Amino acid sequence: MSPAPSAGPLLFHLGASHHTAPLAVREKLALPPARVAELRARLGAAGLPELAVLNTCNRVELYGVASGEAALFSLEGAFCELTGISRDDFAAIRAHATGPAAIRHLVAVAAGLESQLLGENEIFGQVKDAYAEAQSAGHAGPVLNRVFQKAFQAAKHIRTHTRLTEGQVSVANVAVELAATIFGDLASARVLLLGAGDIGEKTAKAFRSRGAAALTVSNRTPERAFALAQALDATALPFEHFTRHLGDYDIVVGSTAAPEAVVRAADVATAREKRRAEPLLFLDLALPRDVEPAVARLDNVYLYNLDDLAKIAAQNLAAREAEVARARALAAEKADALWRQILARHGA
Amino acid sequence: MPPITDRTWLWLAAACYLAGVLLGTLSLLRERKHSRALMYFILAAGYAFQTFGLYLRGMAVKGCPLGNTFELLQFTAWSAATLYLVVGPAFRLSLLGYGTALLSAGLSFAALLVPAWDAARRVHVFGGNAWIEFHAALALFSYGVFGLLALVALMYWIRDYGLRRKHVGGAYVFLPSIRDLDHIGLRLLGAGVALLAASLAVGSVWWLREPGSVNLLKLLATVGVFVAYALALALRLRQRLVGRRWALACVLLFLAALLSIVPVDSSRQPLDSAPAPEAASR
Repeated sequence: MSPAPSAGPLLFHLGASHHTAPLAVREKLALPPARVAELRARLGAAGLPELAVLNTCNRVELYGVASGEAALFSLEGAFCELTGISRDDFAAIRAHATGPAAIRHLVAVAAGLESQLLGENEIFGQVKDAYAEAQSAGHAGPVLNRVFQKAFQAAKHIRTHTRLTEGQVSVANVAVELAATIFGDLASARVLLLGAGDIGEKTAKAFRSRGAAALTVSNRTPERAFALAQALDATALPFEHFTRHLGDYDIVVGSTAAPEAVVRAADVATAREKRRAEPLLFLDLALPRDVEPAVARLDNVYLYNLDDLAKIAAQNLAAREAEVARARALAAEKADALWRQILARHGA
Repeated sequence: MPPITDRTWLWLAAACYLAGVLLGTLSLLRERKHSRALMYFILAAGYAFQTFGLYLRGMAVKGCPLGNTFELLQFTAWSAATLYLVVGPAFRLSLLGYGTALLSAGLSFAALLVPAWDAARRVHVFGGNAWIEFHAALALFSYGVFGLLALVALMYWIRDYGLRRKHVGGAYVFLPSIRDLDHIGLRLLGAGVALLAASLAVGSVWWLREPGSVNLLKLLATVGVFVAYALALALRLRQRLVGRRWALACVLLFLAALLSIVPVDSSRQPLDSAPAPEAASR
């Protein structure tokens, strides 16, 4: 079924995402660069003058302009063949839209509205990469060029004019943002990582990405401490000595697997004598907890455990979710205006 | 049309400061950051009006306008605004402009809305001595610095309160970091103590020459304020007064300093020496 010429080009979106497909299926559908090239080779230019492929861990989506429904059908067939999924199975999970609805979807995706982590930033870059790949493959024509460029503008507008991206929603990033509310610029902050757990490592990386230059790792198993210190470009500190050096650090991240607290209030009180006027932040990400709760009662000392950080992340997420309706309305408004422009230019 | 007097300009200044308060309050309620440039412009406009109003008053009284409670409060508000306009942008504290607007509006309106405070003023307050005039102006300017310090300390206290109760969202996001507030507060405290010390040094020269010319109550109140602030500075530098207690001390000390204006003012010559001038600008 071909749209009437006055209805404009057959702009489409076709694919599957975390909304429709479980991880195991998404793994099968993934289109890394080599597969994208193969898909393009299989299709040729016939009937599909423009095509961009967005492939992330949460979605595989094809955006393009087809000469008609038959070309679109061929594309779906080639995609299923390439990924080894039956047409029936794909039909059960596929998301498909044409015309202004396809643009609305692209804007929503680029703005982070469709992301698993609502409002996350990474998707914007991934959509840009998809567009750049289509351009370099010679598959971005007048319609996709306009659609993608305007979609980027619309996504930026949504991110700027709503609170969709405000506040961090992962524990590691919440911890870093929290540290910034105490220390301001984190470039000069000295961070001690106790334990070599996964969440501690993620948090240390988040600190590093925010400019924290002085990172130290201390772990019961020295080999693990050295390995992690090397990976993080940090220094290692023998675990049995860390209490003596507590006062040298601004931020202490606890992520050990110790059965009881390894940071005692008495040790912190002693460490504070070295730096009474300087604040000290404990981020206790361990379970059971690494830091005695009594530490929080000391002046100029702040203690946040996993629950506290998770609660802040949940509050930030709720604030983002409250903005979804407004963001979607903006996306629809921008997409519909863009569709009218496309109809005016390419409709007849 | 009523003549435009110094009070007219001071009312305009107060209105500008109030506009700054409204801008900041609305931004806080909407949980949106206000434009720092707009806040700066509003405060600069208020400052310009207040400067002109005080200039007219000074011309009329032929000296620094510090002859009654009205003038003392206006001068303190002007000092706080001066300091913000000069150093505020360097500190880059998002709420400092709002706080300054709040302080200057509060002092300005309080002065304007109590007619008794400007019903009469003292003449020849400084006996024609420019050094005494300088001493008084410097002392009040230090009060402006302490006013800003109290605002910074209040922000510190609120930030600390929020962090301890795990509140970091909402209006808390507009507050600067604990460390920034602490560093700025320390610098303001040092500057205020230095200014007040300079003021007392100038005043003491006159007092040594004519011990009888200075009222004991005024002397005790002024020296008391200085000693309290100097002690707070010494304790802070020795890391004995830090964190919440330091913030609370700065707020309480400013309230005490403001209250000390009353005994200082009333200890001078009687108020009914001359009616306050209605200095017309045209």
